[in-house]
Amino acid sequence: MSASSNTNIDLFQEQILAAVKNKTPLSIQGGGTKSWYGNANSYAKLDTRTYSGILEYQPEELVITACAGTPLKEIEAALADKNQVLAFEPPHFGDSATFGGAIAAGLAGPGRISAGNLRDFVLGARILDGKGQDLSFGGKVMKNVAGYDVSRLLPGSMGTLSLLLEASVKVLPRPAATASLRCNITQARALQLLNEWAGQPLPLSASCWIGSSIGGDGELTIRLAGAAAAVKAAIPIMGAAVNASELEPQLASDFWAALREQQLAVFSNLNSDETLYRLALPAACGTLAFENAHGDIALEWHGQQRWLKALGDDATFTSIKALASAHGGHATRFKQGSNIDPGKQRFTLLSEQVHSTALEAVQARLRTAFDPAGIFATSRLP
Amino acid sequence: MIPMNMVTPPPELAAITALQSKLVSALRPILPEHALLWEPEDTIPYECDGLAAYRRMPLAVALPETEEQVVQILKTCFAMQVPIVPRGSGTGLSGGAMPISQGLVLSLAKLKKIINIDPFTRTAVVQPGVRNLAISEAVAHLGLYYAPDPSSQIACSIGGNVNENSGGVHCLKYGLTLHNVLKVRGILMSGEIVEFGSLAPDSPGLDLLAIVMGSEGMLAVVTEVTVKLVAKPKLARVIMASFDDIEKGADAVAAIIAAGIIPAGLEMMDRATTRAVEEFVHAGYDLEAETILLCESDGTPEEVAEEIERMTKVLEQAGASGIQISQNEAERLKFWSGRKNAFPAAGRLAADYYCMDGTIPRRNIGTLLRRIQGMEKKYGLACLNVFHAGDGNMHPLILFNGADQEEWHRAEEFGTEILEACVELDGTITGEHGVGIEKINSMCVQFGEGERESFWGVKSAFDPERLLNPDKAIPTLNRCAEYGRMRISGGNLPHPELERF
Ligand SMILES: Cc1cc2nc3c(=O)[nH]c(=O)nc-3n(C[C@H](O)[C@H](O)[C@H](O)COP(=O)(O)OP(=O)(O)OC[C@H]3O[C@@H](n4cnc5c(N)ncnc54)[C@H](O)[C@@H]3O)c2cc1C
Ligand SMILES: Cc1cc2nc3c(=O)[nH]c(=O)nc-3n(C[C@H](O)[C@H](O)[C@H](O)COP(=O)(O)OP(=O)(O)OC[C@H]3O[C@@H](n4cnc5c(N)ncnc54)[C@H](O)[C@@H]3O)c2cc1C
Repeated sequence: MSASSNTNIDLFQEQILAAVKNKTPLSIQGGGTKSWYGNANSYAKLDTRTYSGILEYQPEELVITACAGTPLKEIEAALADKNQVLAFEPPHFGDSATFGGAIAAGLAGPGRISAGNLRDFVLGARILDGKGQDLSFGGKVMKNVAGYDVSRLLPGSMGTLSLLLEASVKVLPRPAATASLRCNITQARALQLLNEWAGQPLPLSASCWIGSSIGGDGELTIRLAGAAAAVKAAIPIMGAAVNASELEPQLASDFWAALREQQLAVFSNLNSDETLYRLALPAACGTLAFENAHGDIALEWHGQQRWLKALGDDATFTSIKALASAHGGHATRFKQGSNIDPGKQRFTLLSEQVHSTALEAVQARLRTAFDPAGIFATSRLP
Repeated sequence: MIPMNMVTPPPELAAITALQSKLVSALRPILPEHALLWEPEDTIPYECDGLAAYRRMPLAVALPETEEQVVQILKTCFAMQVPIVPRGSGTGLSGGAMPISQGLVLSLAKLKKIINIDPFTRTAVVQPGVRNLAISEAVAHLGLYYAPDPSSQIACSIGGNVNENSGGVHCLKYGLTLHNVLKVRGILMSGEIVEFGSLAPDSPGLDLLAIVMGSEGMLAVVTEVTVKLVAKPKLARVIMASFDDIEKGADAVAAIIAAGIIPAGLEMMDRATTRAVEEFVHAGYDLEAETILLCESDGTPEEVAEEIERMTKVLEQAGASGIQISQNEAERLKFWSGRKNAFPAAGRLAADYYCMDGTIPRRNIGTLLRRIQGMEKKYGLACLNVFHAGDGNMHPLILFNGADQEEWHRAEEFGTEILEACVELDGTITGEHGVGIEKINSMCVQFGEGERESFWGVKSAFDPERLLNPDKAIPTLNRCAEYGRMRISGGNLPHPELERF
């Protein structure tokens, strides 16, 4: 790193200490490509993009360490050069997305169902806590149980716990082969088949079903990835079960990219009074009747992540949360139409979940431990 | 394995006895007669875990049979401010389940029901005392298994695995406990029931499941675990490759990964180990080799054939002096038998051995092994190396004679120096055995004051009164100051006869 890096950290520290003194929270921001995600706030910004660069990358270690402000593009390009990937598949949602923002947002793409979530790949982190202390947790090795795994608390914390300065994440070799299959089947049949396949030694890496929530056939697309021989052997087995056809490679990669970037019609064209809801559900969850869905719904991760568009009012959100909760999951107002009050709560609260209420106090104490003055308490994540 | 040498002198006997009878009478209404032990002859089996060098007698041992009893025990101890040490099977190697002399040992061993197995969602819900291997055995008929496989899997409990984030041979490809557990139900010290994680892919709020993993019984008592099951591969084959030079073997490990292959297992043994185990298991190891690598491939027959071919090429290029590929399941198990029996084989070579557990980046494996050779000379003790090479997770086994106090202290010093070398080589003082009591001083080497203070913050967030296994894993600031001073004054610890743990 250049000499400027320490200067950057000093500046972050100054900003944090000033915030402590003035008792004004700071809203950490990378590329701002996710500024619409999470509860809104209008606090002063702490811009991480000045602290940028890959610090260490040795392909045989399967680890990359980079500064939080590093553009995702830069990281992906470095990995692609060595035929490696971030297995959870970063969507870009804009050119300026950063490494730190990705980790703090904690979201994952189509590969999550087979590869695991972002948190599973985080090995270590360097942070500035709410006292401006420069701290390092975890490390750069795959196995480590020294001390509590603080670095894995950051994914999904949305900048509400500490400022992420640097992180080490595990990377994987690019699969030797991939193929995608497509067929038309009902949602119920798709859910049944996907779970059956997932319990067999098949190289199933991603799935997406799009169709109406009230019945009838929809379009199921699946992706196989792994050793060339395994993919080749699986195509006839899976193809025969559902009479699927193999997608032409370019078409396939365009489809998975559009899904990842939420550019398919099922996500886009959000009306001003609509919300794009995200449901996270257990594998056992069968079809759900979303009576109020506007248009088609999308199921990813073998049905464990579901998307629907509906009115953005509180009553609708409450009913969707109740439905998710009744099935052991939770719901989020992921994206909001332009007319929806940005002050509205986006997430399911711990107190709305069985056996989580007592964790509210734990979470509050954890936050205080890392940030006693509450300068990261922007409530982007409640 | 390790001598009993550090018996903590009991504090004021009368006070202890008074506290004991108070605790016992408070717990009696909660538990059946046979589930509460306090006579020394009954509690002595609980005075240590797998790290037998450190022992202490607890006030009492409770063996609840239901979650409700666990809740009541915690509430009672919370009210009385009596510390609790949770315990699974007691196979831990860092003293994590060692009792506190004025505390209760809470054994979860009797909570051993498999509550539910769901082949459709590939999950099993089990109580914490269920043995790791018992899960795979219970789902084998469904073509499924539970992937993390610590060498102690026949004995260790899933509750212990969660609290040590345990790993094993399969973890390179299939991940650690963290990657294979979806949900943990636990009881806070206050007696409140909570759930971390969920069956859904994520859950609201901060990711508390991540922090509970590997928390060494300090944050919550685990009463139920939902694990992920994976499809049993159709086939597994293993390559056994010999190298006439340690460095070459170590480089071969990096070369396999760099070639884009993640084997199902990638383990290494040095010559001292192969010689020790060959005598024991007769697996046909190359006794002239400086080091032997075991590289396993699993999957469909097509996948395995392809991967074995690619790995063989890489190993040849890396300069393997001999390569054998298992031709059938019996042969595969034979190749593995030495690796699996390395600990008992070490036990035959010396009266005692001390098993360390550090992790380093793969590229530094050769460097560390060379350094350990130097340390063998320095301390005049032999060390066997058999380890998870694919993860860079080292398990040096230091051989010594425990009847000789001085030799035990040398072994201990040797171990500490290895851990410090791991930190220096960009690694960590523990990959899978935990910090417990054993490595609490080495925590002062790996972490600064700010990090340690944050760890105490995490601890207090879950357990504000610090009653749950409070003397483990995180050193106090005083202790580190003390340790720092001790380290500075030459290689040898002053007053080795004094209690340090
Ligand atoms: C490894 C990787 C995997 C990814 N996988 C996925 C995926 O699977 N699915 C998906 O949808 N997106 C994924 N992404 C992309 C990512 O989620 C966003 O598109 C993008 O990175 C957000 O970055 P940003 O800088 O624009 O964030 P911003 O919009 O600036 O910030 C997003 C949130 O993070 C917080 N934040 C930002 N920087 C920091 C920091 N340094 N410290 C603390 N908090 C911070 C902010 O406060 C805010 O709450 C991935 C990115 C990476 C690098
Ligand atoms: C021969 C041998 C080989 C080993 N090989 C490996 C290996 O390959 N990989 C590996 O990772 N480990 C290995 N170990 C170490 C050990 O087996 C593991 O750490 C194991 O996870 C411990 O499980 P246990 O049930 O015996 O836990 P215990 O030893 O009883 O406890 C371990 C820790 O967990 C806590 N704990 C236990 N149960 C609970 C609960 N229900 N709630 C809250 N806290 C709890 C205890 O307080 C303690 O801190 C080995 C041990 C031996 C003896």
